[in-house]
Amino acid sequence: MDDFAIKVEGLGKKYLLQHQATGRRYTALRDVLTEKAKALFGGQKSATGNRKSVEEFWALKDVSFEIKPGEVMGIIGRNGAGKSTLLKLLSRITEPSTGEIRLRGRVASLLEVGTGFHPELTGRENIFLNGAVLGMHRAEIRSKFDEIVAFAEVEKFLDTPVKRYSSGMYVRLAFAVAAHLEPEILIVDEVLAVGDMDFQKKCIGKMESVTGQGGRTVLFVSHNMDMISKLCSKAILLNAGKVETAGDVEEVTRVYLTRTAPTGKFIPDRPGRCLRSVSIDEDALRQDKLIIKIGYCFSGNVITPTFGVVIFTEAGSPIFGSNTLYHPPAARPDNALEGEATVFFENLPLWPGRYKISVWLNDSWSPIDQEDNALTFEFMTAKTPLNAPAPKFIGPVHLPASWTIIRGETNL
Amino acid sequence: MRPTGYETNLFIAPELVGAAKYRFRFRFPPGVGRIRRLKMNELVIKAGKAERHYWADLWRFRELFFFLSWRDILVRYKQTVIGVLWAVLKPLLTMLVFTVVFGKLAKLPSEGMPYAVFVYVAMLPWQFFSSALAEASNSLIANANMISKIYFPRLVIPASAVIVCFVDFLISTVILAGLLAWYHVWPTGRMLWLPLFTALAFLASFGISLWLAALNVKYRDFRYIIPFIVQFGLYVSPVGFSSATVREKCGDLAGQLYALNPMVGVINAFRWALGSNAPFDPTALLLSVLVTLGLLFSGLKYFRATEKAFADII
Repeated sequence: MDDFAIKVEGLGKKYLLQHQATGRRYTALRDVLTEKAKALFGGQKSATGNRKSVEEFWALKDVSFEIKPGEVMGIIGRNGAGKSTLLKLLSRITEPSTGEIRLRGRVASLLEVGTGFHPELTGRENIFLNGAVLGMHRAEIRSKFDEIVAFAEVEKFLDTPVKRYSSGMYVRLAFAVAAHLEPEILIVDEVLAVGDMDFQKKCIGKMESVTGQGGRTVLFVSHNMDMISKLCSKAILLNAGKVETAGDVEEVTRVYLTRTAPTGKFIPDRPGRCLRSVSIDEDALRQDKLIIKIGYCFSGNVITPTFGVVIFTEAGSPIFGSNTLYHPPAARPDNALEGEATVFFENLPLWPGRYKISVWLNDSWSPIDQEDNALTFEFMTAKTPLNAPAPKFIGPVHLPASWTIIRGETNL
Repeated sequence: MRPTGYETNLFIAPELVGAAKYRFRFRFPPGVGRIRRLKMNELVIKAGKAERHYWADLWRFRELFFFLSWRDILVRYKQTVIGVLWAVLKPLLTMLVFTVVFGKLAKLPSEGMPYAVFVYVAMLPWQFFSSALAEASNSLIANANMISKIYFPRLVIPASAVIVCFVDFLISTVILAGLLAWYHVWPTGRMLWLPLFTALAFLASFGISLWLAALNVKYRDFRYIIPFIVQFGLYVSPVGFSSATVREKCGDLAGQLYALNPMVGVINAFRWALGSNAPFDPTALLLSVLVTLGLLFSGLKYFRATEKAFADII
């Protein structure tokens, strides 16, 4: 029962928002003095005057959870849901307003790569400095120095000030130091979303080996659901400062992804947009056909209206798409300032699962309007067995294939 | 919904499955785990509770303190044309001007020392004090990024700023040795007291720095006040003249009150150690020590109290 690495109980963080006419960010002593002087000479402040209205804002409220040692926990939620605040509280950067946190083991938090880097210092000097900032000891850094340098691929530039580094090199060096931390509890913000593709892969590989070894507890925040479901076993969904769902990573990501887009029909909320509605035919979907209808209305003169759709996996990788330039319609009505465009896909080659649709509208190639993640749909098909693998394991595309198996020795 | 066992039938590269989840499910036997974890210290962060581990933490972060000071020193002397010479030129040039103005033009008494030595000896602690104030009060803002991204005792930052100024101080001390040799001032046993007086100067600088650094985070117009304090301080501290002059012109009481300025005690002590013929004034020194300690402890208290909110307001 008391076997935990992190235990959070009733955690809350309150900020005071000052609604001031001037909108100044910092308090100036000048203002404080004038306020005091006014209060002294003017007696009571007038109730309607320029009194600051102070509003309480709970960035986090009543958050409780527990993480077992060796568990890798993902934290997801929309912007402003309280993810960063939670990380800041866990890494002791700010104090909680209510509740308590218990941490067992050495904690290191990576809310940013390259904290404390100084542009004037060389790569070598910055490795030591950043290591110290992250809580490594000098001996520890020294023993891992070569490994860090090799990982960052900056051997040649070790004695060059980092201000002369390319941004890629800078980020690689910064991440390399961070990646060689060996705490018992690691708190990571979205720091992996840096560098080029190759380096990102390397980072994910490193993260996987870090989370895999020796039962290290990891708390990981990201917007990338692929990465979350790849790295984490459990997840917490935060919404408006509260825990909405917690549990198995797949369940939680599903809740989150469903939340971001309703299935069936989509109508943009802003007035003055050209996309009026997006809908899919659910009956056709059961027969492996995808029919997407796009309602539109142009406000000005559009010479060559071009419609396009892109189908994404639940985690956000594009699978296929189509548009009226690649697949031109048989006929185009004249003066069609308002109407509906429909696209048909037959024999959908997808595994059962959840997919997302984005829709865009161009005049030739110049964008007019677009809606990312306009719709989410669940694809179930009669063709595949019910125990089909999830698309995240074998990819979303289901191609017809045939196997033969023979007996006897192989020729290889 | 998670397929169990299915994926083992398919050929899947482990990195696609998330090696983390399936490969390592090893746990220590319960007993082993318990012993290990009981030894491991548990950290409890509670709302509104003062840090119990604060001083232990400060000790734990000594390496960060070392590296930050090292960084600031490196950066200070990198990419400057004459590098370390700056630390020497500043007090040297000021000394020249003061010697000419106070010594030659105003012909003020110099407690029996060559005027140049008389001024330089005072210039050393004063320069240390004033640059420490300026650097440290700005240090938290300059490291705002670190403060909002990482935990460490914030005390480390102004402390390392003061240390950098202290290095400058040590460098300018070398010039003092040269100056003493030039004017044939021979060291006496009194010089052995210098480290103690230096410590006093250090504590005074650090105490006021803590106040200013913390206030500067909260009230951003403090950075306009600080240069003024430093400039003002130069005139109310006996750098260019003797504190005996103040006593002569304004009376004994004023002379005692004058020592409320902690730098008065420090400068007098420095001059005394290097051969001034003015009588040693223990009351003034004691007063300066008391004021210094008061500033230090109240500074620490105020800094500790505001420190928790730094990340929120910086």
